Amino acid sequence: MIKRKAVVNIWECVACGCCIKVCPRSAISIPNGIYSKINQDLCVGCGKCVKECPASVITLKEAE
Amino acid sequence: MKMKKKWYDYLWILSLTYLILGFFNILFAWLGLLCFFIPLFIAIVKGNKGYCNKYCGRGQLFALAGGRFGLSRKKDIPKWMRSNYFRYGFLIFFFAMFFLMLWNTWLVFAGTKDLGTVVTLLWTFKLPWHWAYHGTLFSDGVAQFAFGFYSVMLTSTVLGFLTMILFKPRSWCVYCPMGTMTQLICKARNAAFSPKQESGSES
Repeated sequence: MIKRKAVVNIWECVACGCCIKVCPRSAISIPNGIYSKINQDLCVGCGKCVKECPASVITLKEAE
Repeated sequence: MKMKKKWYDYLWILSLTYLILGFFNILFAWLGLLCFFIPLFIAIVKGNKGYCNKYCGRGQLFALAGGRFGLSRKKDIPKWMRSNYFRYGFLIFFFAMFFLMLWNTWLVFAGTKDLGTVVTLLWTFKLPWHWAYHGTLFSDGVAQFAFGFYSVMLTSTVLGFLTMILFKPRSWCVYCPMGTMTQLICKARNAAFSPKQESGSES
């Protein structure tokens, strides 16, 4: 089965933190205030953050 | 799978109260400085965007209106609006207007200009707002700043509301001048403390 994971375009991320609030796995953090980081081990690829992101810079990608 | 709400998930109530208070006594507008200094303080001292990420009541307000109340189309924001050109451009414009407001306040303080009891929406439209002014114990400049600052807050709320309807609920966060500025501070701090940029999720 193909696994999907959320991936952030760190160059366009505004670090607002909307993704943190919707992540049901608490897999997202913004440690440096510049862009959000998704813990790939925790991400289940549900896509909630993709929908929520106001800048639309998160996408679901197939994990290798 | 709803996460447990924390105390700071209710700060939208304060933001809403702030906007309402401005209709009754304009001097409450001074409280808005908190939304100005707290994010800066967190960014400078802690080096993160904790204010945006957790406490911003305005963001929560947009999230509620656009999400729970379904007022948002939930479409992608246009690419140019999330570009750095627009974000930094808007930051500069916003601050230019802010300093113009401070200058006007100063003129009233100095007595060269009379107090204008108007709220200027979108830097253009002057709305009569005299009903919310009941005099001040201090200089007229104190009231002038309140009118000016409330104008800034109301203008950004209106803009945020428009983009909330058109795009995603928290579209305002993309071009919010405070958000852009705190991110810049974090970038500068990060560059100063760790020259090697971590390779993130995607290049």
